[in-house]
Amino acid sequence: MESAESMKQEILRISGVDPLKCMRCGKCAATCPCYDEMEYHPNEFVFMVERGEIGPLLSSKSLYRCLSCMACIERCPRQVEPAKLIEAVRLYVERAKEGSHMTPQDMVGRLEDQMPQQILVSAMRKFNK
Amino acid sequence: MSIYSYFPGCTLKNKAQELDECARLSAEALGFTLEELPEWQCCGGVYTAAKDEIVTKLSAIRALAAARDAGQDLVTICSACHNVIKRANAEMRDKDFDFKVNNYLKLDRPYHGETHVYHYLEVLRDKIGFDKLASMVKRPLTGMRVSAYYGCLLLRPGKVMQFDDPENPKIMEDFIRALGAEPVVWAMRNECCGGYVRLDEPKIAWDKSGKILSNAKDMRADLLVTACPLCQYNLTSNTDYDMPVFYFTQLLAYALGLKEMQEVEHGKC
Repeated sequence: MESAESMKQEILRISGVDPLKCMRCGKCAATCPCYDEMEYHPNEFVFMVERGEIGPLLSSKSLYRCLSCMACIERCPRQVEPAKLIEAVRLYVERAKEGSHMTPQDMVGRLEDQMPQQILVSAMRKFNK
Repeated sequence: MSIYSYFPGCTLKNKAQELDECARLSAEALGFTLEELPEWQCCGGVYTAAKDEIVTKLSAIRALAAARDAGQDLVTICSACHNVIKRANAEMRDKDFDFKVNNYLKLDRPYHGETHVYHYLEVLRDKIGFDKLASMVKRPLTGMRVSAYYGCLLLRPGKVMQFDDPENPKIMEDFIRALGAEPVVWAMRNECCGGYVRLDEPKIAWDKSGKILSNAKDMRADLLVTACPLCQYNLTSNTDYDMPVFYFTQLLAYALGLKEMQEVEHGKC
């Protein structure tokens, strides 16, 4: 296991986010359509990465419940762009060996007749490496 | 007759053929041609926010370079393709990204973000003009209350997409007005339908699409229009509501007298 500090630096590098710009207004969490489904909310991703509390985020389902809708990115008054941190933490997990959240085999049983191709390629981009 | 390079994307070639077919038919009637790029590859559906990813962005760059080589602007219709291609083009302004992309692709002519990308709706607004479109409508949708559903991908991130005001857009309402219908302005028009999470946790997408449909119903909309096949899928597969959801090009082709409503309703465009 890498140190919390090296994980934090890697996540900051992938995301390009500077969490110190955050003024803790909570607007990102307030506007998140998945607020009720998330264990850690967008503002907590910013705060916890800044504090180096990476461990709990790595195993949280919140990583896969971000809809990538960019509401928090658009509405952040300080351009912190929290969803980029969520994406970076998820990629940190998925880039590891056997780190994918969903495999093509998992997907087969979930297909429905009218599903657009778009959902398949998008899910593979987000849930599989 | 203007000719544009056209990136249809995977879904418009398969489950959303009506979105594509109605767009091409209407374009010809309005005086422009969509010339499909001879070799396009799937855009990947979602643009990664990660700064260190290159390979997942290359299919978009190849399409942009091919349009540049053809001397044409590039038109997209699917919200997802549009989001990916516009963002990849904007990222070419980053010198480090530009260097890595060109170093990898080794194109005959390096690409530096020269191509202009238009969404089909932007062509209608900026090249044809909604006034001219209105004058060409043969079957105005008089009395129909239509809610424009923008979703996320057309609008955000606003600084990059520059499609419309990301919080108070009006391009689709102007489009609806040009077709003779009454646009309904409603709160949930730029909130998320649940997107690809539908595949992983269907209940989440069911809840999100339900909130959107509930709001549209409260606002007494007769139908919704969208440019996104995944929004269309999430909204129509939620059986708690019985709200028709059409692609904007289907209404366009109907209003221009190119398709019958029966064909539109049955997804045959």
